[in-house]
Amino acid sequence: MPIDIDIAHVARLARLDLTDADLEAYKAQLGVILEHAARVQSLEVEPNVEAAHPLGLANAFRDDELRPSLDRDEVLGQAPEAVDGHFVVPPAMGAE
Amino acid sequence: MIASSLSEAGRLLRSGATSAEALLDDALDTASRTEAQLHAFLTIDADGAREVARQADADLADGIDRGPLHGIPVALKDNMCTRGVETTAASQILAGYVPPYDATVVTRLRGGGAVIVGKTNLDEFAMGSSTENSAYGTTYNPWDLSRVPGGSSGGSAASVAAGSSLLALGSDTGGSIRQPASLCGVVGMKPTYGTVSRYGLIAFASSLDQIGPFTRTVEDSTLALTAIWGYDPLDSTSYQGDYPSPGARLDRGVDGLRIGVVTELSGEGFEPAVEAATTDMVARLEKEGVEVMEVSLPTFDIALSAYYLIAPAEASSNLARFDGIRYGLRVEGATTEELMARTRAEGFGPEVIRRVLLGTYSLSAGYYDAFYGQAQRVRAAIQEDFARAYQQVDVLVSPTSPTVAFDAGARTSDPLAMYLSDICNIPANLAGHPAISVPIGLDEAGLPIGFQVMAPPLGEETMYQVAAEVERLAGFEISPRALEGAA
Repeated sequence: MPIDIDIAHVARLARLDLTDADLEAYKAQLGVILEHAARVQSLEVEPNVEAAHPLGLANAFRDDELRPSLDRDEVLGQAPEAVDGHFVVPPAMGAE
Repeated sequence: MIASSLSEAGRLLRSGATSAEALLDDALDTASRTEAQLHAFLTIDADGAREVARQADADLADGIDRGPLHGIPVALKDNMCTRGVETTAASQILAGYVPPYDATVVTRLRGGGAVIVGKTNLDEFAMGSSTENSAYGTTYNPWDLSRVPGGSSGGSAASVAAGSSLLALGSDTGGSIRQPASLCGVVGMKPTYGTVSRYGLIAFASSLDQIGPFTRTVEDSTLALTAIWGYDPLDSTSYQGDYPSPGARLDRGVDGLRIGVVTELSGEGFEPAVEAATTDMVARLEKEGVEVMEVSLPTFDIALSAYYLIAPAEASSNLARFDGIRYGLRVEGATTEELMARTRAEGFGPEVIRRVLLGTYSLSAGYYDAFYGQAQRVRAAIQEDFARAYQQVDVLVSPTSPTVAFDAGARTSDPLAMYLSDICNIPANLAGHPAISVPIGLDEAGLPIGFQVMAPPLGEETMYQVAAEVERLAGFEISPRALEGAA
């Protein structure tokens, strides 16, 4: 049976402003895909074993040394709106 | 075409029979004759490429030889950042984005004297199996223009098949190099995870993504891989140990090797012509002295399910960066959150939205352990299944794709049917192992069939050894019929 999900909640978490019609369509498709994906639950597995890097590597970090970074103006030049070395956004808190 | 392969082009260049500029002209001529039908490219950088080609010719004249890629026309999937050249990942949300830096693979290509012709089409953010999810229009298959080239690296596969490049790079998260290579009749290879830097590759699912080459021959594939792989401090998952020599055993034959035929990758859903060609190739390998055995890897049956939890989960996290603030599209809103939600709904196409929703759900409170957590445990079980199989055999083989190229539009309304296109490819991604697709023949409709060879981590030498023998036995000719009129 297709899995029933609270699609409006998921869309809000994903920051996607979708129409009601779109939400319904995605809800139906995701239900079918998740029903197939739920087959992973059929396998009996050790609860604490998770997949690892195939070559056994742990996350690596470079040495903490100063070095040049990307040119600020060039990076800000890609922004939809930038002023005086800053990205510009509307208020983070609304009138709610 | 001046040269039928990268290695032949290299020989002609060094003998003085051709020049990098002539090879570029040849590639650009092919593109101008075929692009109206194929739409393999999103951007062609003819001026930039010409400058590099002239420099490559001048360097050779001065005795400076940068190696096998020197002067070779190369195409790049448009999810690899190129400084100064628009990079969109085939998404509206990145329309007009011009990266301020090169991906590490691009730096390596440039250092090797390669001539970058342009950026190829893909499914948006590499999510898809047909290149129909591009925001900039579909790519078509050079063997039959009513069919898909596969995906997500469909533009790269179509370009190499058509001859508008001699090498193209793609990325393979769940078959996105091997499946289009199979459908377009070229060689496509996914290296061991961690061996080719992902720095500057626009991330889809970081624990699965791996860059690899499309080429016209197996030897070319070894030359390309040798040029692009190696440790990179800019990628935190990069492998620092010893690397194999991909081309070391191409001429050695396969006598004495043990090959496992994967039981789970046959039967229902596999086209008879694909199964027959695969079985025939295995029989021919056996005649060459290979020991063949059937090997069962039971977890392969749920690999696709695990993949469609893990990959979207990682994608939902990686794609959070596309929010209308630092680059790309912006749709205004009264608050920052409204701006982000409107920008993302407008800028992402339906498949990307579907996967972001799917990933957000499987990572959300209350569902994490049953879905994402369980999928990660299945992933470990798949790695164990592979390890057991490789105690008995040197490589595993299967069809690359259960079907030949399908009709454009045939699977676009059924996401699950589209996902099943990659059923043979996904286990190697989940395990992080190398795998290659080699074209072995045509079905009765004249469409290419690919043969997949999988190997253990860093098993590229043996994988290529078998692939070279498969190529020799198949004697496959890359001559896409649909382009004959355009030639």
